[in-house]
Amino acid sequence: MTMQLDSKIPAGPLADKWTKYKSTIPLVAPNNKPRIEVLVIGTGLAGAAAAATMAEAGYKVKAFCFQDSPRRAHSIAAQGGINAAKNYQNDGDSVYRLFYDTIKGGDYRSREANVHRLAEVSTSIIDQCVAQGVPFARDYGGLLTNRSFGGVQVRRTFYARGQTGQQLLLGAYSALSRQVGKGAVEMFNRHEMLDVVKIDGVARGIIARNLITGELERHFGHAVVLATGGYGNVFYLSTNAMGSNVTAAWKAHKKGAFFGNPCYTQIHPTCIPVSGDHQSKLTLMSESLRNDGRVWVPKKIEDRLKDPLTLSEDERDYYLERRYPAFGNLVPRDVASRAAKVACDEGRSVNKTGLAVYLDFKDAIARDGKDAIEARYGNLFEMYQRITDENPYERPMRIFPAVHYTMGGLWVDYDLGTSVPGLYAAGEANFSDHGANRLGASALMQGLADGYFVLPYTIGKYLSTQIRQPAISTDHPAFAKAEKEVEDRLNRLANSSGTKTVDEFHKRLGKIMWDNCGMSRNAEGLTQAIADIQDLQKEFWANVRVPGGTKEFNPELEKAGRVADFLELGELMCRDALNRNESCGGHFREEYRTPEGEALRNDEDYTYVAAWEYAGENQEPILNKEPLEFENVELKTRSYK
Amino acid sequence: MKLNLKIWRQKGPKSEGKIVDYTVDHVDEDMSFLEMLDVLNQDLIVKGEDPVAFDHDCREGICGMCSMVINGRPHGPWERTTTCQLHMRAFKDGETVFIEPFRANAFPVLKDLAVDRSSFDRIIQAGGYISVNTGNAVDANSIPIDKETADTAFDAATCIGCGACVAACKNASAMLFTSAKVAHLNMLPQGEPERAKRTVQMVAQMDKEGFGACTNTGACEAECPKGISITNIARMNREYFKATITGSK
Amino acid sequence: MSLSGLFLCTFLITHMAGNMQLLINDGGLAFNQYAYDMTHSPIIKTVSYLLYFSILLHAVQGLVLAYANRGARKSRYASGNKSSSFASRNMGILGSILLLFIVVHMKSFWFEMHWGTIGNDANGMRDLYSVVVAAFSQWWYVLFYIVSLAALAFHLLHGVQSAFQTVGVNHSKYTPIIKAVGSIFAIAVPALFAIQPLYILFKTLQ
Repeated sequence: MTMQLDSKIPAGPLADKWTKYKSTIPLVAPNNKPRIEVLVIGTGLAGAAAAATMAEAGYKVKAFCFQDSPRRAHSIAAQGGINAAKNYQNDGDSVYRLFYDTIKGGDYRSREANVHRLAEVSTSIIDQCVAQGVPFARDYGGLLTNRSFGGVQVRRTFYARGQTGQQLLLGAYSALSRQVGKGAVEMFNRHEMLDVVKIDGVARGIIARNLITGELERHFGHAVVLATGGYGNVFYLSTNAMGSNVTAAWKAHKKGAFFGNPCYTQIHPTCIPVSGDHQSKLTLMSESLRNDGRVWVPKKIEDRLKDPLTLSEDERDYYLERRYPAFGNLVPRDVASRAAKVACDEGRSVNKTGLAVYLDFKDAIARDGKDAIEARYGNLFEMYQRITDENPYERPMRIFPAVHYTMGGLWVDYDLGTSVPGLYAAGEANFSDHGANRLGASALMQGLADGYFVLPYTIGKYLSTQIRQPAISTDHPAFAKAEKEVEDRLNRLANSSGTKTVDEFHKRLGKIMWDNCGMSRNAEGLTQAIADIQDLQKEFWANVRVPGGTKEFNPELEKAGRVADFLELGELMCRDALNRNESCGGHFREEYRTPEGEALRNDEDYTYVAAWEYAGENQEPILNKEPLEFENVELKTRSYK
Repeated sequence: MKLNLKIWRQKGPKSEGKIVDYTVDHVDEDMSFLEMLDVLNQDLIVKGEDPVAFDHDCREGICGMCSMVINGRPHGPWERTTTCQLHMRAFKDGETVFIEPFRANAFPVLKDLAVDRSSFDRIIQAGGYISVNTGNAVDANSIPIDKETADTAFDAATCIGCGACVAACKNASAMLFTSAKVAHLNMLPQGEPERAKRTVQMVAQMDKEGFGACTNTGACEAECPKGISITNIARMNREYFKATITGSK
Repeated sequence: MSLSGLFLCTFLITHMAGNMQLLINDGGLAFNQYAYDMTHSPIIKTVSYLLYFSILLHAVQGLVLAYANRGARKSRYASGNKSSSFASRNMGILGSILLLFIVVHMKSFWFEMHWGTIGNDANGMRDLYSVVVAAFSQWWYVLFYIVSLAALAFHLLHGVQSAFQTVGVNHSKYTPIIKAVGSIFAIAVPALFAIQPLYILFKTLQ
């Protein structure tokens, strides 16, 4: 049953592929563009950038977001920065080096051609953002400055204090707003996409729910772009926003879009530890903190709860510096997270829950002064103090890894097209560029690369075939059928007369996922988790309680629909993790590790993208493989020692 | 810790609302304010009652979605803190806490504590941007911007668009929000060409949305969770005078 | 609002300074001479029309603004917000008190000076001084003055610095100075004004 996937990578030398491709793909003439309608779901970096850029090009665009404004998409919360191969620091950076670092950082599980394209357009992103008025950090000469990030030995990260995501999103939002103001984009705030409408096997529109009135709406598009972010909230606790969800991507998956590498999850090493059962989300402390903070735990278990200020240097184990001297505290995220887990598993955690290590700024403050540290990280320190009631200028921060980003997502080809014609995926919603582990400051880069510089070109290739396709009336039976299905499902949720709240199920799913499909996984746990999740799915539909009706503003109903989808996704993630009998990047299988405990890849059998195909309700999903070919980079064991 | 809550309940935009009393037990001081409301809502759902609707998303103080006025103050008692970052250690056992929506004609209540702030979007759509199509940009380092200007523009740009300024202002004025965006863009060389047009159009849209006029009470600045300064308002006033005096229309 | 307000501030200074002649112990000769000059100089007359216009403009603008701003929030908060100063929140009420004061004040003196039946002083000038003394010998009239001047103080406390903010003068270096000078002005001018009726009242009580 499995099929070979066509990634549509253009021929030719790696460095020329994109340039040549761009100059040879078919175009849509300016007079035809206004007749072509594109629906963009999600208005984060990728969605807002794509919607704005396509509208600038002349297409008729409709954009949708579930938040009350496109400016609130969760891209806004990214803190540290955005990578670009500008080499402004004259430290040997280049497009090739950014490409290489990203391939290596992703543990050789991403596509060379995609990653090279990403590195190529990275420089244009910075230019574009500065032109929009994004206030990146500058030095006294008025030029842009950079910081370093994990897994990299050059300074290529552009940043705007600890609020880079906010500033970039506001840039993309302003570009989008400009087009809305001009009437080129029609914006639908507080709308959630609940299904893709397919006609003759091609994506032709969506069913969206107006979250204020609860009314279902039909929207036609010659193409549909999903820029709906990641699915980290399947773990219940994550650094994602409360509303971040997989629903749009999952509906697309059920309509035929393959899901790529769902098990690749990034666990971010520096988050504020869980404080109690009431916890609704976890807060990230930017990776940039590891530029100056030193990670440690006490050497002796009995010292773990002692006042850290009383422990001498001899009594501390700066375990990242000890284990990875070449990169020290700036090892990639997956490595840092696992090392923290190892230290805590050894019993050396530094809080009562057993889940925390120190991130200490004592030496940085002594070296650069408190003012310098405050200028760099002031807002993060403030946030830490607000949440924990501890002063990080005086005491080391307590941190622990938390789910942060999902490298997996809808499978897309080089054009960012999914396996459903006319359906595209951009940003975190697709699986494409980060392999098994994403480097810090690369999510913003990928989101904006897709949105500004890749998708608006590649989608043109498809849309050029659509110029004779008139708009299809939303009275078409396919729309009616899809709407009916959505309505039935909503009614089923709203009419459920169970006793347990949606959150209760979500928490239970999160625990199964974290325990079995989190920082480390094994076959036994994953098998059990699949069975447990299937039970939980049944229990959910039998026993969930959703207050209120479908035709009203009903946040619990929204949440119920999302959790129902997470329950199905969670099962697929476990299946994918179980299938991948190797350790790579964020996917760490306990059975596959080196004697020193490092991840052990199996390049011979697993150098492929697992693209899962939905086979129907209660059917096992079908695994399709896209082999990854490395023509330019030699596969090596990743070492940061 | 136990709290007595007095929460504004309103079924829909056109319904009458009223304050309803609730009690929550077992409030942990490490909880955020929204987590306390989560606890209340879980109780209400189990009891078969309608949970309290409120807007929230990132819960780390940056998306600007959480709103609500707590004991008369937008985002509650802590300075420079959004509701989602407000923690329960700010309250005492047995305290009575009023929770109301942001109130302004330009922010109609949708349900309970959730309001419609799309008027802010329309102000940005009127001119809160620099007109540069994708691909038109010059090299990022071709225009140096002195650090002080860049930093001041940044300070204005950190506005999260939550609307606390409007909620706090006795006139429900949106001057702080509008001026922050005007100041951010007008200060930068990239924003120079559209300076006058931007200012005039954004102010016109702001007035059209039904926000009140600024009387410089400074409540907006005091309640802004990001510490946006009213210096921006003075700057916008300057820009506005200049634009209307020298403008062609 | 701001421009008319600032103009009225300059008037306050001259009016206050001129009225200080009430304190000269000459039976009102200097004051009456001053009152005569004020009502007969063509320059002063021109300026005074500008003044009447400014007062009316400032009052009308203020009332319209207060009404419109109140209308920008139809539903009120159940819990109060105190994150701004008393004066800044009550400019409309304070201004209304001042408007009432101006009407009474002008009836008592300005109207009398122009059209009232007033005797002459030793120099043959219309004896406005006696009218003033008669008025300020009544404690309730003085009390009304003091209350109004207190309202003026609060009005200015917010108004002066607010006017600068409105015309766009806000600078990290100069605004603290503007605020300090504004506050001194807001307290000193009404205080000096207040001395006049109090002085006369205490003198007549002796």
